[in-house]
Amino acid sequence: MAFVQLENLSKRYGDIDAVVATNLAVEKGEFVSLLGPSGCGKTTTLQMIAGFVDVSSGRIVLDGRDITHAKPASRGLGVVFQSYALFPHMTVRDNVAFGLRMRKVPGGELQQRVDRVLKLVRLDRHAERYPRELSGGQRQRVALARALVIEPPVLLLDEPLSNLDANLREEMQFEIRRIQREVGITTLMVTHDQSEALSISDRVVVMQAGRITQIDTPYTLYEHPRTTFISGFVGKANLLPGERDSAGVVQACQPGQGELTLSLRPEKIDLCAVGAGRLQGTIASRFFLGSQWLYGVSTSLGALCVVRRNDGSAPMTEGTAVGLDWDPALLRVLSVDEVPA
Amino acid sequence: MKLLDGMRRGRQGYLMSAPALALYLGLLVIPLGLTLVLSFNVFDYGSGIDSHAYTLDHYISLLGDSYFYEIFLRTFWISALTTLLCVLIGVPEAYVLSRMGAPWRSIFLILILTPLLISVVVRAFGWSLLLGADGLVNQTLQAFGGSPMKLLYTPFAVVIALVHVMLPFMIIPVWTSLQKLDPAAEQAAMSLGASQFTVIRKVVLPQIMPGVLSGTLIVFGLAASSFAIPGLLGGRRLKMVATLIYDQYLSELNWPMGAAIAIALLLLNLLIMLSWNRMIEGRYKKSLG
Repeated sequence: MAFVQLENLSKRYGDIDAVVATNLAVEKGEFVSLLGPSGCGKTTTLQMIAGFVDVSSGRIVLDGRDITHAKPASRGLGVVFQSYALFPHMTVRDNVAFGLRMRKVPGGELQQRVDRVLKLVRLDRHAERYPRELSGGQRQRVALARALVIEPPVLLLDEPLSNLDANLREEMQFEIRRIQREVGITTLMVTHDQSEALSISDRVVVMQAGRITQIDTPYTLYEHPRTTFISGFVGKANLLPGERDSAGVVQACQPGQGELTLSLRPEKIDLCAVGAGRLQGTIASRFFLGSQWLYGVSTSLGALCVVRRNDGSAPMTEGTAVGLDWDPALLRVLSVDEVPA
Repeated sequence: MKLLDGMRRGRQGYLMSAPALALYLGLLVIPLGLTLVLSFNVFDYGSGIDSHAYTLDHYISLLGDSYFYEIFLRTFWISALTTLLCVLIGVPEAYVLSRMGAPWRSIFLILILTPLLISVVVRAFGWSLLLGADGLVNQTLQAFGGSPMKLLYTPFAVVIALVHVMLPFMIIPVWTSLQKLDPAAEQAAMSLGASQFTVIRKVVLPQIMPGVLSGTLIVFGLAASSFAIPGLLGGRRLKMVATLIYDQYLSELNWPMGAAIAIALLLLNLLIMLSWNRMIEGRYKKSLG
């Protein structure tokens, strides 16, 4: 049995199904992200695991123990909140020591454990500060230290990085991953940011309208999105009509002809000389992303999005006619969404 | 140029605040100054106030007479007890209020505030009807075979009515500081193993101390200078400082003595409130900023 197991977990608020019969198994030491648009039930799921929201039906099993109806205090899980939820009237040290004091850990050991975890999150020099004297990233580290110091079996992160600016967010992604690896703690993170989920998780769970629609490693999720919604939510995707040829190979076809919906990632399309390739088009727009150029190309299949590496050569200008080519093996067949996005 | 601009802007600022300033000056500073001067005027029961002669007699007799000590002491313990009861009732009430759902919270908040719309005098009469010798409370007691109790004209009646009147002044500042709390902090404390009681004691209470402090200051200040309630529910025998001042002015016609007592009340009140403020704020300033 997995370390954390959700069995048919459901939550209803009146007539609204927030989470519907969710099954999930998380292995010990694994980093799993719950990814989805707002209102998809990912936070509710996390709050049910933490014990802040009552479970309507189903079970939560932690390391063989049924904790479905246990009080939050007795679950012993580490929780990091979106707002950090630090205690503003306590110093960093007291914030971190809070959980240990609740566990009546003796003074000497308590100081040792607090010092150790503060060093882990690189805040040992700010131990006597108050939260309001810290930057957003530092507060985030305090919240992490406070959750980790009690050595919880599972760490729950609720949108931990959404209040940070872009640069800091990236830095903290690596930081969270480093700490998670170092401690080896089983971690569940809720996020609406697909790049965050892809970059630091072992597995990503995509949720839509209270249901899990795909569980995969980040690479598989990106390369083989199951539905139209997922292909567009996780990364950028060009949706093409498609059909199977006589040999059974999937091919893109003219609009209105194929019975399939195909996904083709923008970086998988090659731009070549006019007349060459599988499709002809004109550059309609371009955006400079630093390391890449993002082109909007209008074709007979509709507007396609193409990403080219910025290799130092001059980019194509708007209005240029180009040919487009791709490896048909990279076309992915999508199933139609079974739940409304 | 910059300096001139600054001066002009400064003058404009004064001009803008002139109406409020005039109100403050005319209704507070000048009467207070006149009272202060009056408290030093010579008074004679035969010839009345001599506004040209000055004396310290009123303050000397105030300091020398145990009758005044007794009344001041009573005023302050009644105010302190009122404040304490307001904290004990108001803080939990505000906490419960802040935890209520959408329609009920506003309804109960309005319910708490409505008594403020009714005159203190009317409410004091209400209490005297309830607590009187054959009031509702005593009638009920007798109906159950008890003997009637003297409730009206006791410190008990004064304290209970003061608590009733002052409660909103405690609840509102506490409620305001509760609004600023992050509910996730309480969840965080629970996830770290704290019981509901510990969450309130270690996480909620310390954070709302500034609100409790303002509440105690308002309630104590208002209670110590309250007049209608001790006047109507304390009666002629159970005097508090404000009723004592009233007597000096209107029964004894000794205005300078009344003024001296009023100044003494003001100074003592200020002293108590400032030291209380310092004591509490000193403890929480560092952590709450």
